[in-house]
Amino acid sequence: MRVYQFSEQAYYPAWNDHSGSLRVIFPNRKCDPRVAADLFHRYYDEYQAADELGLDIMLNEHHQTATCMSSTVAVGLAVLARATKRARLLVLGYPIGHRPDPLRAAEELSTIDVISRGRLDMGFIKGIPYEIAASNQNPVFLMDRFWEAHDFIIKAMTTHDGTFNWEGEYFHYRQVNIWPRVWQEPHPPVWSTTGSSTQARVLGERGYVMATLGTGFGTRKLYDAYRKSYLGKHGKAPGADRFAYLGLVAVANDREEARKRGELIAGYLRTSPIVHLPFRNPPGYLPPEDNARVLRGESPPRTYTKGGRIISMQTASIDDLIDAGVLFCGTPDDVYEQLTAFCDHCGGMGNLLMMGQAGFLTHEQTIDNLSLFSREVLPRLKAYRQPDAEAVAAAVAA
Amino acid sequence: MSLAAECAPDTLVVEGARIELIERGNGERGKSQPLLFLHAENGIEPSLPAIGELAKSAHVLAPTHPGFGRSELPKGMRSVDDLSYFYLDLFDQIDLRDVTVVGVAFGAWIAAEIAVKSTARISRLVMANAVGVKVGDRETRDIADIFAVTDPEYREMVYCDPNVGRRDYKTLPDAEVLAAARTREATARFAWNPYFHNPRLKSRLHRVRIPTLFLWGTHDRMLSEAYGRAYCAMIPGARFETIERAGHFPQEEQPKMFAEKVFAFAGKVQERVA
Repeated sequence: MRVYQFSEQAYYPAWNDHSGSLRVIFPNRKCDPRVAADLFHRYYDEYQAADELGLDIMLNEHHQTATCMSSTVAVGLAVLARATKRARLLVLGYPIGHRPDPLRAAEELSTIDVISRGRLDMGFIKGIPYEIAASNQNPVFLMDRFWEAHDFIIKAMTTHDGTFNWEGEYFHYRQVNIWPRVWQEPHPPVWSTTGSSTQARVLGERGYVMATLGTGFGTRKLYDAYRKSYLGKHGKAPGADRFAYLGLVAVANDREEARKRGELIAGYLRTSPIVHLPFRNPPGYLPPEDNARVLRGESPPRTYTKGGRIISMQTASIDDLIDAGVLFCGTPDDVYEQLTAFCDHCGGMGNLLMMGQAGFLTHEQTIDNLSLFSREVLPRLKAYRQPDAEAVAAAVAA
Repeated sequence: MSLAAECAPDTLVVEGARIELIERGNGERGKSQPLLFLHAENGIEPSLPAIGELAKSAHVLAPTHPGFGRSELPKGMRSVDDLSYFYLDLFDQIDLRDVTVVGVAFGAWIAAEIAVKSTARISRLVMANAVGVKVGDRETRDIADIFAVTDPEYREMVYCDPNVGRRDYKTLPDAEVLAAARTREATARFAWNPYFHNPRLKSRLHRVRIPTLFLWGTHDRMLSEAYGRAYCAMIPGARFETIERAGHFPQEEQPKMFAEKVFAFAGKVQERVA
């Protein structure tokens, strides 16, 4: 298993001073650039530590929010491409449907792949609903734009003998020929995220790495949708390396300290959904059938415990978060047990996207969390035998 | 025939898309004065009282726009420009002539986009609480952001009496809730960006050389009356009249007054022609 350290690089000092929205409309007056600079340097230091500890690295971006200062992910990737030595650099993700210019995206990613000497993992995402207000892209066309931008970026990265022409529905170029050329052939690995079985099937056909976030013990259903379509398209089972899961991790030598860290990290879950209501579901982001259910007040719950109990990630207790496979928390033994039990449940999961820093967890606590994890848990996870992929996929297909 | 059956909309296939069409009036199509009603961004239901009021003196055709409610969307349709060509095709297909086009809000934007292209089949135009142009500078929000407010705030914004727009989706039939969700999505499809306007339309409005009336529900807080008057001034000779105790959808809140003003205007036009 690979483990990617991830932090949203939050501006947490402003979290207790909002009027009902930490995103979109939260005035940037609340951001002191001196404090922000200190935080950025701290978070980059923690990423560098992760690199030295044998962990891989994940970055993301959100916009107009105190929950995540990384608003232009290419900047963070560029810093870390130079400042780290060995870690994979996963962007999960790059909201390419929102960008006005996929040529620029292809150039940025290609440059980062070269500077890092081929360490880029390229996650393309739709983006959460709140991002629409910032980019002002039409939510109805977002996924069409996403796929056209995706097709364009892949074509730009795999064309080496002069220019090509692109006159699509959304993007127009006549002389495309990006420099520098990507390091990894034919192009850096493609990842994406999903919360829907429909999209899981699309990703399975393409064979891209599929990540789910906060889906807990509802994850298996999405993985199986992927397995089924992967098997149908490729004639073999997808390995565990095709699956990724984002979980919060709080590890300490004693359970009491681990739970304390778990509470601080869970600050992320408590604050992330604080968004002015109208920005949570712009029309067209979901299909009309889903929106009809929303109008009726029937939004489907996303997070389940192992016993099938539904929890709210925003208000759940530490115990509930552990039961739901959202938070992996305890001694190194506890965390290893929880993670491998979750992998077994998923039928194999080869990439842990580890939120080892989040919320109010301090720098010292983060370094200790990452160090202990890499020393006591990571080697055992590397040795862990994933469930047999062919057997799992055969059972799904049957 | 039951009232429900009498009110049930017909359908019509234009450009390969089946759309709903409410058709009401005393005379047969082609014999009495035809009136095309283009609904606002909140859709249309056959029970809309304004349709009945208008049908007292005209043969009313009230289609549900492609993508809204239960109307299909022709492949690739994505702009109000596309919608205007769709309606020009519809005019040809059913051979509408001498038609009075009455548009409300988003429907008035479609009406304007039709009229700048061709008024060959249109004799007069009524634009109620119309969107479609930008009148202020780039940092002035002419049209309030309806996607940035809650539902109660929205109803306060667009109605004189916010209870008029209240819908209880928990008790409505599934098909109606789905139609409402499609209407909301269609509004975004056509009006998200640029927001409820076409930057090119303003420079084309001088081409509208048919009698035009702007009606304005004075309690509209999505659009100001100043916006309406500025828009009206862009169409040569257009008149501007207000409707009190009505907001952005005056045909919903003052259906009788709405119809009276439409026919008073139509009558005046007739007299002038005679």
